[in-house]
Amino acid sequence: MTAGPGGHEAALVRVVREEHGRIVGALVRRYGDVDLAEDAVAEALEVAWQKWPVDGVPPNPGAWLTTTAHRRALDRLRRESTRASREKEATSMLDVPAEPLGVVDDDRLRLFFMCCHPSLALETRVALTLRLVAGLSVAEIAAGFLTEERAMAQRITRAKRKIRDARIPFRVPQRDDLPSRLSGVLAALYLAFNEGYLSVGDESGSRPDLADEAIRLTRQLVDLLPAEPEAQGLLALMLLTRARDDARVVDGRLVPLDEQDRDRWSPELLAEGRGLVRALLALGQPGPYQVQAAISAAHTDDEVPWGEVVALYDLLLALAPSPVVRLNRALAVAHVEGPETALRLVDDLDLASYHPWHVARAHLLALLGRDRESQEALDAALALDPTPLERAHLERLRDRA
Amino acid sequence: MSSTTQYLLGVNHGDEISWPEGVTADQVFADVDAFNARLREQGRWVFGGGLMPASSATVIDATGPEPVITDGPYVESKEYLGGFWVIEAEDLDEAMRWGTEASAACHGPVEVRPFQSE
Repeated sequence: MTAGPGGHEAALVRVVREEHGRIVGALVRRYGDVDLAEDAVAEALEVAWQKWPVDGVPPNPGAWLTTTAHRRALDRLRRESTRASREKEATSMLDVPAEPLGVVDDDRLRLFFMCCHPSLALETRVALTLRLVAGLSVAEIAAGFLTEERAMAQRITRAKRKIRDARIPFRVPQRDDLPSRLSGVLAALYLAFNEGYLSVGDESGSRPDLADEAIRLTRQLVDLLPAEPEAQGLLALMLLTRARDDARVVDGRLVPLDEQDRDRWSPELLAEGRGLVRALLALGQPGPYQVQAAISAAHTDDEVPWGEVVALYDLLLALAPSPVVRLNRALAVAHVEGPETALRLVDDLDLASYHPWHVARAHLLALLGRDRESQEALDAALALDPTPLERAHLERLRDRA
Repeated sequence: MSSTTQYLLGVNHGDEISWPEGVTADQVFADVDAFNARLREQGRWVFGGGLMPASSATVIDATGPEPVITDGPYVESKEYLGGFWVIEAEDLDEAMRWGTEASAACHGPVEVRPFQSE
């Protein structure tokens, strides 16, 4: 295979993005040792960095890395006398017939479920998934979450130790457990996405794009579990959110949805997201992510169908009640029944410590011409914890009035 | 591959055991008995029992030349281990399924923790 300048690097990055989880998964299944699998894959990548520029990129880079990583793992098992018993275990495992299959048999899928086991904290699941499935370095993950690299390394190390000590299985859950376990995986991917989403317009520079990683991982999950509409719902929600990024933050300024320049929305992401939502609606097995995606899609219609949006919020409340959903529903109600009704709904919510509640009140009060109260609500929102982008936006709103 | 690990299912509570509204001690005893029976039927039971209040504990420290005897539990806390099971399970998934049943049976939270393998 020929590769132009930087072709080796591009090929390696692509393989890491696409194959890391599969290779680590295959090694974890074979050797039952997450550390060993992670280190062997890292070593194989090192070898690739050295050899590919000289020998050229192999015809099947993924298979090459897998074989190299397996050899490295075996070398290490032979080398380390302290692991002698584990080598025996690993070799004996080769003779054991494959364990009974779950719903789907795929090493990467098993790895997703292991990394997102419900016995691990949500933040830990995200970090492990980004490290082992997506192949991000600890430094990249730490930068993505604006945490210290050492703290992130510790979190990941602790998690791997728990997997070993508590025997978190490397297995696709039983059919009965699949919906609840899948929602744990989706929650982790959504957290990674939101972390990336919030950093849009963050000028500090070196943050890797966690939103793109989360979309990539969710795509992989959708391919692995094509019959799970919630995974597709989450993918659609991410795509529809991502589609508006360029319009949402312009010149470092936050632009509210109704003032966004629709020409800046990504037509490809929008079309894919809306297409998914249409297919999911036809399927008729609604879940929280699907409904959120449908709400997001409705906001991209030429004329936002506010009555439909309110109905979707009602469905979402029935599936997953939360005061934050009630708040968003109230803002949609403002378009249908007017700001007075909406304000009553908002005031009924016990969300005074949540700055978007004050922002919503400020918005509705301004619509009602109650400018002073609106100002006070903006001040209350600013006194809480808006992101720097939101803060700048709220200050502009306050000064405009 | 079908080897099992032992897990502790621990129940913590304060000096006064308090069950949720409307749950009687008889109800808890009946539920725990039924859970114990299921564990035994499935061959997962190793040991289990309830402990007397932490105030009945005595701490002995024999690391020095003479054993030092202290009245009361080792760690001052609002909650103490009040009872536990030791079970066999294939992995954490199975242990957590038993832990879920244990929590429902004793009407309180249960901590699932693996034993060292050797």
